[in-house]
Amino acid sequence: MEPTPSIRVENLTRQYGALTALHNVSFTVNPGEIVGFLGPNGAGKSTTMRILSGIMSATSGSAWVCGVCVAQNPHEVKRKIGYMPENNPLPDDMRVVEYLRFRARLKKVPSNKLRETVQEAMDICDLSRTARRKIIGTLSKGFRQRVGIADALLGNPEIILMDEPTIGLDPHQIQGIRKLIDNLRGKLTVVLSSHILPEIERSCDRVIIINRGRIVASGTSSELREEFLPGNRFAIEIEGEPAALLEKLKSAKISAKILSEKELSIGRYQISLRAEGDPDTLGPQLIHTLQQAENFKLHALAPSNPSLEEIFLAATKRSWEETIDSKPKVASVTNSSAS
Amino acid sequence: MRHFFTLLKHELRMLLISPPTYIAAVLFLCLMGFLYWAILRGMVNTPAEELPSVQFFKAFWIPVFFMVPLLTMRSIAGERSTGTLDTLMTTPTTRSAVILSKFAGAYIFYMLLWLATLGFPFIAQKLYPYAGESAALLEPASLIGSYLFLATSGMLFVAIGIFASSVTRSQLVAGMLSFTTLFVVIVGGQQLGNIADSGPELIGWLDATINYLQIFQHLDDFSRGIIDTRPFFYYTSTTALLLGLSTLVIEAKA
Repeated sequence: MEPTPSIRVENLTRQYGALTALHNVSFTVNPGEIVGFLGPNGAGKSTTMRILSGIMSATSGSAWVCGVCVAQNPHEVKRKIGYMPENNPLPDDMRVVEYLRFRARLKKVPSNKLRETVQEAMDICDLSRTARRKIIGTLSKGFRQRVGIADALLGNPEIILMDEPTIGLDPHQIQGIRKLIDNLRGKLTVVLSSHILPEIERSCDRVIIINRGRIVASGTSSELREEFLPGNRFAIEIEGEPAALLEKLKSAKISAKILSEKELSIGRYQISLRAEGDPDTLGPQLIHTLQQAENFKLHALAPSNPSLEEIFLAATKRSWEETIDSKPKVASVTNSSAS
Repeated sequence: MRHFFTLLKHELRMLLISPPTYIAAVLFLCLMGFLYWAILRGMVNTPAEELPSVQFFKAFWIPVFFMVPLLTMRSIAGERSTGTLDTLMTTPTTRSAVILSKFAGAYIFYMLLWLATLGFPFIAQKLYPYAGESAALLEPASLIGSYLFLATSGMLFVAIGIFASSVTRSQLVAGMLSFTTLFVVIVGGQQLGNIADSGPELIGWLDATINYLQIFQHLDDFSRGIIDTRPFFYYTSTTALLLGLSTLVIEAKA
């Protein structure tokens, strides 16, 4: 028997008046996975999270958390989920430890385990040494985020939902949060949303890209790379004409296409090249061919993996075009890309 | 129920640590102290039929108009606008526990303020022992009746404030809404009564209904020591209705 997925969402739709924020969204998240929700502003990330956490109801469709239906048993679901909302609202005039104890009591942590639970959460989020007795209003943004995450960890949830946990943080703090998420890997199911792409790429096992209320792509970043930006890409720096480079490659029977070129200084170009062929042998083959060229000089050659950013742009652009193309029959469109 | 007490404790703690609570309390006591002094002074110059405490509590509407909106306007609207209501909703707390704790917190503070005014007659007694001899300052029947009136009517007033605060996310709107509603409930009932008295005879049930809404009349009865169940029923049932509606509102508008 397959284990119950941590989150299963089927054909979820949410409308705000005439606006459809979510349109037939379906996905599953398995136990122990770290999944990133990616999408531009207003794509429906927060709406999905709010529905999953039980604060908002869906217009249609269903969602299960650890096998419990969210609509039928929101109380049970709230015990299984630790949710950190967008912007991480906290009461400004409480002390960190007081606030966390209050939250733990609300999350039905038994009173004899209260201190222990709060201490544990503070230890995980590195709050116990410096910020324990500080007033929340005086904390820096990074510490506030940590308090929010510590709060989400209280009460032994099975799933943690974090809506934009790294927004507005400096690189040090982002790294801290990333380590924290890494610490949770394997113990809990984590779903986080963000538009900071390298963040998601580094910390998540799987990415779900959502745009205009539809899921446009889902998979690991290498799967997505394959789907949206296939082929081998290289960054090349040469001294000489780019046209000569293409000709040389043509003569060596490597089919290639220049995606972009930029003149660095007079006669020196940086070229982004897409070449077809076996990815294992293509690199050496290219080096070998280009070294022998007479009318230009090779300065640098490096394989370039498209970043999640490029995938994201490609995926959201494609879905944008799809929706524009299908505008007249928008009502009949079913979301085929939801998988 | 456990959640209710956790939330109430939190609510009271927040009241205790926030400076506006103390400012409100000081202003309230200054104003009420001044009123009490003015009443006593008036009594020195012209003899009055009513006891000073009865006259004093007749002015209950002055603090109600500004204290209740100030006390309640931020309770839910404020939490909603900062987003902490959302975080509260993600815990396995029931909506009714949230509303009831907000209500109880505000109500307890409201009653504490009023109980503090009990100090005025004691101070007066201490400073002017003559007046104390006539037992006019600390006449128990009228004091108990008046406080009972404040306790029951206070439920309705605070519930109005909580309801106003639950329907909006702006504290300003909540404050104005509760102020106008309180005005309509307190002054409107009396005005209806005046119209009914000056006009032709009303049919039986309408007359009874209008009498039922006379808050000043209730105070009159209570302060004379007449404790009627009808006002009790009026205040508690309307309070329950408003709190129930607030629960529904935050459930729908989380």
